[in-house]
Amino acid sequence: MVIGVRVDAERCCGSGNCAFTLPEVFDQDPSDGRVVLLQNRPHSGVLDLVREAADLCPSGAIELTE
Amino acid sequence: MADETQAAAHQEAHREAQAVQAADREPTFPRERTCPFAPPAEYARWQAEQPVAEVVLPSGQDAWLLTRHQDVRAMLDDPRFSADSAHPGFPRMYRQAVPQVLKGTFLRMDGADHLRYRRMLGKEFTAKGAKEMRPLVERTVDGLLDRMAEQGSPADLVTALAYPVPSTTICGVLGVPYEDRARFEDSTRVMISGRSTPEEVVRAKEEILGYLTGLVAAKEREPGDDLISRLLEEQVATGELDRDEVPVLAWLLLAAGHDTTASMIGLGALLLMEHADQLAALRSDPGLVAGAVEELLRHQTIMQIGMNRVALEDVRIGDRTVRAGEGVVAQLMAANRDPEVFADPDRFDITRSARGHVAFGYGPHQCLGQMLARVELQVTLARLFERFPKLRTVRPVAEIPFRHHMFGLYGVTELMVEW
Repeated sequence: MVIGVRVDAERCCGSGNCAFTLPEVFDQDPSDGRVVLLQNRPHSGVLDLVREAADLCPSGAIELTE
Repeated sequence: MADETQAAAHQEAHREAQAVQAADREPTFPRERTCPFAPPAEYARWQAEQPVAEVVLPSGQDAWLLTRHQDVRAMLDDPRFSADSAHPGFPRMYRQAVPQVLKGTFLRMDGADHLRYRRMLGKEFTAKGAKEMRPLVERTVDGLLDRMAEQGSPADLVTALAYPVPSTTICGVLGVPYEDRARFEDSTRVMISGRSTPEEVVRAKEEILGYLTGLVAAKEREPGDDLISRLLEEQVATGELDRDEVPVLAWLLLAAGHDTTASMIGLGALLLMEHADQLAALRSDPGLVAGAVEELLRHQTIMQIGMNRVALEDVRIGDRTVRAGEGVVAQLMAANRDPEVFADPDRFDITRSARGHVAFGYGPHQCLGQMLARVELQVTLARLFERFPKLRTVRPVAEIPFRHHMFGLYGVTELMVEW
């Protein structure tokens, strides 16, 4: 299965939860801490962590499309 | 405009009603603990029977108390609730007048105004940045453990380790000279103890801000590689931030990054020593430390009161309607023991998946320094039990002094250990 990932940097509060959970998919802008998406279609081996990152995001800035 | 006028009239009526009620009403929240490691028993009962409960705060105000994980998360990430403590309906814990909120106090702001500050500070507290701080935290912790070993058993873990780790770390981030720490440590403790009188709090706040204002002036003359200098160079110089806000921001970060982590180190070490099986598991597999810290944060949520908000419009939560202008308290301790999310929630289990906890809050105000706090907790607890494998408490739990006052952060005030 493949999941599509979208991030909304306008909503992002820079908590770092996504980058902490899955640094190969999510990073943070070094100028303001906002989310930077590294892969918008992460491979199937990390899907659980993608879902966890989306669930943990405190400001609802990560959207998944299955 | 009609809506705003109506809301204002509603708020005025609400305030008058509350002033009358305040005179003779007994508060029903917060409750007292009966077990030092568990939230007050009523919170679980409310969660099961009245997840959106009507409570009376010590200020005499009515408020809605949320105890379910799902409701707590939804409310804290809902822009229809405001963190503005100057709002007349904001849930207040004390009857005394609320001191004026200083410009730059972004934790009391909403929406885009609040996010603007998060972005100024966000670069300083990224997950990657916290990881890069790890060697520095390790050196700090090792130095403190060396000193404990030199001075010999027994020792008070609170003063020997729990406070100096976060204090040294946040001072390093801000660029506060090590030798100046004592000047604000006492004042910080007065401010967050929950026992201080409003006058004492105001005086302590003035002392810290006075010190930090001087420090900001010094950094203007001689910038360093630190957060305060970068705020001056990148935000004040470009007009993004007022110069007067810099000491306020520095103060907020000092206060938020100091006693919180210290409390978790003390409680965390104690809980592990009280659970020999869990500690043994951690010792045999140091890779468990990250999960152990998440479980400690879940199980021992030190934010005892909760996160307070005021509704800006009518909002349905569960089967209740919170009206515009009414106060809501999100009970984090209760949410972290919600059996819908955490099976057998009272059990302390370092191998469970506890990341979904709300110990750092939720929504856009979620703790800015959480990644750094995680590194500090992981390093401190791992190294402590590595260095002193036989570490144990000198006294039984019944004789260990906890901060029982339900307003401040929870924690132990002294933790005598031997090895």
